[in-house]
Amino acid sequence: MSGYIALSAGDLALASVLVLCNAALSLRWQLGLERKLLVAAARMVLQLSLMGWVLVKLFAWVSPWATLLAALTMVGFAGHEAASRQQRPMSGGWSYGLGTLSMFLAAALVTIFALTGALRPDPWYDPRYAIPLLGMILGNTMTGIGLGLNGLTTGLVNRRAAIEARLMLGHDRRSALAPVTREALVSAMMPIINTMSASGVVALPGMMTGQILGGVPPAQAVKYQILILFLIGGGTGLGALAAVMGGVYRLTDDRHRLRLDRLLSRS
Amino acid sequence: MDVRAVRRTGLQPVSFSLAAGEGLAVSGPSGCGKSLMLRAIADLDPNQGEVCLDGALRSAMAAPAWRRLVGYVPAEPGWWADTVGQHFSDWPAAAELAARLGLPLDAGDWPMTRPSSGERLRLALVRALMNRPRVLLLDEPTAALDAASVTRVEDLIAENLRAGLAVVWVSHDPAQVTRVARRRLRWDGEGFREEAGA
Repeated sequence: MSGYIALSAGDLALASVLVLCNAALSLRWQLGLERKLLVAAARMVLQLSLMGWVLVKLFAWVSPWATLLAALTMVGFAGHEAASRQQRPMSGGWSYGLGTLSMFLAAALVTIFALTGALRPDPWYDPRYAIPLLGMILGNTMTGIGLGLNGLTTGLVNRRAAIEARLMLGHDRRSALAPVTREALVSAMMPIINTMSASGVVALPGMMTGQILGGVPPAQAVKYQILILFLIGGGTGLGALAAVMGGVYRLTDDRHRLRLDRLLSRS
Repeated sequence: MDVRAVRRTGLQPVSFSLAAGEGLAVSGPSGCGKSLMLRAIADLDPNQGEVCLDGALRSAMAAPAWRRLVGYVPAEPGWWADTVGQHFSDWPAAAELAARLGLPLDAGDWPMTRPSSGERLRLALVRALMNRPRVLLLDEPTAALDAASVTRVEDLIAENLRAGLAVVWVSHDPAQVTRVARRRLRWDGEGFREEAGA
């Protein structure tokens, strides 16, 4: 038994007709999305094909350095994605730097925790486990960190008068920024909380579906999915905390001033 | 309080000294940097120069401690909580002061959507006074007030002046400038200069 149904290029072309339908719809209703939609679809095909090719090479080599290089590249792209979703980015590349660094810390910690604790492949950096795991964690931490930083910067801009009122009265920066900090962390954590509460009832998560389609027994696929959701939850929380706290310190200074001049002005 | 060449972008160097119980009125056209000057003295924006109070340097003091000694009430004060009373650590004590400014004693229970801009200005003044500052920086504290409330605010500040509070008062109103302060700082087109006492 082969375990799964192999797909041909023709099968994919057939499925892509649906995206083309969406593009036609966008043209008909003047949504202006057709270009974005097609570019995004083309990017997805190109990037995934490239990833497939890279994975073949990595699985063949099983080299710690090649795996590390692939992982760092992924983190770099994730940081770029998180930074590009900011309505009010920080100046001097701080959004990118802070996003990438906290993502690296969180994803590395959680991935290594899973590889040495629950999964224990041999060697522990075996790219067949490390890279897909990192990809799943990064994809979600990226969303959390992006939302957290965006919540922080927009919250600080919108509530500048309220925050400065507290600073004027001699409150320190921590307590003056606490409400906005809390809200930023909550908005970072909400997606994973929603995902966890809906999974199994509303949504069959992509990874589990993929494993079942690939012939893995459902009971095993479920266990993998639970493991992944725990890891994603942990990674998102840690990453968002690091990014938001870093943002709080970058957007204030040691004289307890609110430093919105360290945000890029809206162009 | 000694202000020595405090400056930042948009603000020419300002120097003056103010003894306890002294009032200094600041006047000048919009945009000449009056509010920036007050913000700089309160250390809310990055600025150069030095300020000291009773011989203690601002730079040697933690910023929150400095701002409790040198209180600042901006023209549009901010509010962070849901009700008026939550902005005061001790509302019953603050209510007495608020009552003197014509606010009802139960104003502490008001939601923040209720007070008018004039009431907010007076509440912000009470909030700053409750910190027992040595110096108070006021930015147009009576701009949105009716005549009776203006008198109440001026009387309360005059009483605090007699008790030793030093006040820097930004005002557009020439009559008010002569009422509230013996000394004046005026914008002469290039910088703030102190005028000979009236």
